[in-house]
Amino acid sequence: MTNPLQPPKRKNPILRTRQPILPPWTRSRVGLGMTSAAARGRFELQQCDGCGAVQYPPREMCSDCLGTELTWTEMSGRGQLISETLLHHAHDLYFRERMPWRLGYVKLEEGPSVVAHLHGDVPAPPTAVNVIARLDRAGRGVLIAIPEQEVPNMADDRQLREMTCDPKFRKVLITDGKSETGQAMVREIARAGASLIWVGHTEPWKQPEGFAELADIPEVELIPLDVTESRNIQELGKALGGRVDILINTAQVHRTHGITDRYGTDVAKMEMEVNYMGLLRLAQNFAPAMMSRGADGQNSAVAWVNILSAFALANYPSHGTYSASQAAAMSLAQCLRAEFKPSAVRVLNVFPGPIDEPWNQMIPPPKIAPERLARDVVAALKDGVEDLYPGDVAQEMYSRFREDPKILEKELGDG
Amino acid sequence: MNGRAHVAERLQQTYDDVVITAPVTVEYVRYSNRSAHWFLALALRGLIEQAGVAKSEIDGLCVSSFQLVPDTAVGLTQHLGVSPRWLDHIPMGGACGVVGLRRAARAVQCGDAEMVACISGDKNQVDTFRNLLGSFSQYAQDAVYPYGSGGPNASFAFFTDYYMREYGVTREDFGKLCVAQRTNALANPNALFKKPLTLDEYLNARVIADPLHLFDCVMPCAGGEGFLVMRKQRAEALGLPYVNILSTIERHNAFPDDPIQMRAGWAMDVDDLYGRADKTPDDVDFLCSYDDYPVINVMQFEDLGFCAKGEAGDFIRANEFTWNGSFPLNPSGGQLSVGQAGAAGGYLGLVEAVRQLTDQPSGYQVPDAKVGLVSGFGMINYDRGLCTAAALLERAS
Repeated sequence: MTNPLQPPKRKNPILRTRQPILPPWTRSRVGLGMTSAAARGRFELQQCDGCGAVQYPPREMCSDCLGTELTWTEMSGRGQLISETLLHHAHDLYFRERMPWRLGYVKLEEGPSVVAHLHGDVPAPPTAVNVIARLDRAGRGVLIAIPEQEVPNMADDRQLREMTCDPKFRKVLITDGKSETGQAMVREIARAGASLIWVGHTEPWKQPEGFAELADIPEVELIPLDVTESRNIQELGKALGGRVDILINTAQVHRTHGITDRYGTDVAKMEMEVNYMGLLRLAQNFAPAMMSRGADGQNSAVAWVNILSAFALANYPSHGTYSASQAAAMSLAQCLRAEFKPSAVRVLNVFPGPIDEPWNQMIPPPKIAPERLARDVVAALKDGVEDLYPGDVAQEMYSRFREDPKILEKELGDG
Repeated sequence: MNGRAHVAERLQQTYDDVVITAPVTVEYVRYSNRSAHWFLALALRGLIEQAGVAKSEIDGLCVSSFQLVPDTAVGLTQHLGVSPRWLDHIPMGGACGVVGLRRAARAVQCGDAEMVACISGDKNQVDTFRNLLGSFSQYAQDAVYPYGSGGPNASFAFFTDYYMREYGVTREDFGKLCVAQRTNALANPNALFKKPLTLDEYLNARVIADPLHLFDCVMPCAGGEGFLVMRKQRAEALGLPYVNILSTIERHNAFPDDPIQMRAGWAMDVDDLYGRADKTPDDVDFLCSYDDYPVINVMQFEDLGFCAKGEAGDFIRANEFTWNGSFPLNPSGGQLSVGQAGAAGGYLGLVEAVRQLTDQPSGYQVPDAKVGLVSGFGMINYDRGLCTAAALLERAS
């Protein structure tokens, strides 16, 4: 049985901080298909369009009928553990530091047998298991066999926690706690067991409903934070950068203009200043310290969350300049993800559809409630996903984007 | 069908008077600064010295090596200064010895070459083995190495764990084989393991990949092996003792639908192997198995017809596996006690079998050895060994 995770002891400042090392990350191009699905929390394998045979490891042709049209298809995850080993010797540094390491060999219900990381609570073979796909610390999709049924403290398994970004006992910075999204995020992160939550706030003359009550949450510490103020962010980065385990950037400006309905650049500039430059300032001042703590024990620096918008994928003209700022922020976040790679800190980009808040007044439902968005973000951290499309609108938008970005552009252009 | 191949419809020609001769071993060392080319060159030099022929008389060359990259057999011809009219490169790991023999024997039989040098060799520096693992194959890179990077230890741990659970083979059974092979190795000056191994030491050795412990795992090293294939008349003219080839088999990617490897390609072709030689398992005087881990020995006992599937445990308990025992296994000590010199590990058993059948053993001589069975197993491409091969060899009367 997995022992429940304990609150971390105070760090001994004399000991060397363990440097981040990545597990082997080289994959073939076709092999990256599993990573693409795992980045969204899905376990997909290739299935032959011609004969339906499921293939693994990833390949270019169906090994049954030699068909070359293979479609990544979601798996049930059901399988039978056939054999296992507990590795005490590894050739790679990452695993060498984490010995012993449990592995299983699982026959999937859909056909193939897979080598998988094996959760500590799975009984000895033969036994039924549930296989899930997760991103490992190198950001590559891997398979993990977990108990068929939920067991106590399942998420605290040492190996599983290597693949996830669970906020439990971690220190979290939420950059704007005043917006409805920010407030919901603070409450949800507190529920997830974070040990300390820094909540940024700006414009002290504004006291939105619910904000004052955040201070009643014992883990919350309010801090003045303005992503448009370079010096403010610089100082906070120095003070907190080496302590933040998860940074959630909720700071956003959202106005509803296109190009011709409002002359001038002031609004667009403000959106860029917060949504794009704000992210850049935060990244420059917090990322380096977080990167150095990517393998700092049980409660290492682990994730950077950007609340973006599904309109980053394709422009929504009535929110045109906002969409553009989101596209810019998404692109920058991809850069951050690549620069974070050696540190094993994960970037989680969240692409909600319209959030149910005042600036989306004119958009018809469904709109995602801030509470639901916050719940989905925490679940995504626990699953270690990299791209989250929370709610029905975002899911649909993403599937339309995958199907044909040009059609999506035309549809959004129709209003 | 029982998974076995049809015998009658695929009658294979015998090898007529094509023979194997000149067993050569290039000294094994744990680590060496020398490249694979160096070991291959020494193997070839050993062959021409033993045969007493000029290098130019070698008109066929068959090469196996993991570490020859970026070269292949082609580049090697320039290194060695040979101009063969027949050239082959066999990238089949543990099956490369028998498969190389098959190719070479047909080349000689058909007149494509008169004298084929079959050589294998590999280097080993401290990081050679580790560097090989991550890029061993696309499947290994995508679907195995990222999982604990245990290399073959992890793969064979899965087979071993399965065999123990499913068929009741115990660690003591595996240990008995390892101890017997070590006993055999003690007379082989080339074996890297020089000390006797007791069953207690085997059982109490440190865990590597449970249920595998230290002495279950082959030790990578550097070294080389070689032999010559030619017609009997030529060998006699050169005064070389030789061995007859009774029959051979090979198979790749057998039983792909088995959920885990519990049998390998031999099980498809074993009837062919004995049928064409007109022999039975009872006629075999010793077995040179492919033995990088003891579980694969056990699989060979079953798949090569010495006992039924699932009965290897009883077979092990009923036999003695030393050179003078009831079932002599790897009389030179095998890879488990000699060391695994990369692709040369696929030659080790074949070269020793030729020695045994020509009274030039590396160490102990199996008494009255007339028929030897050599078996190869190679290339854990993803989750199972893909290449299998075997040859029945007979002492020349």
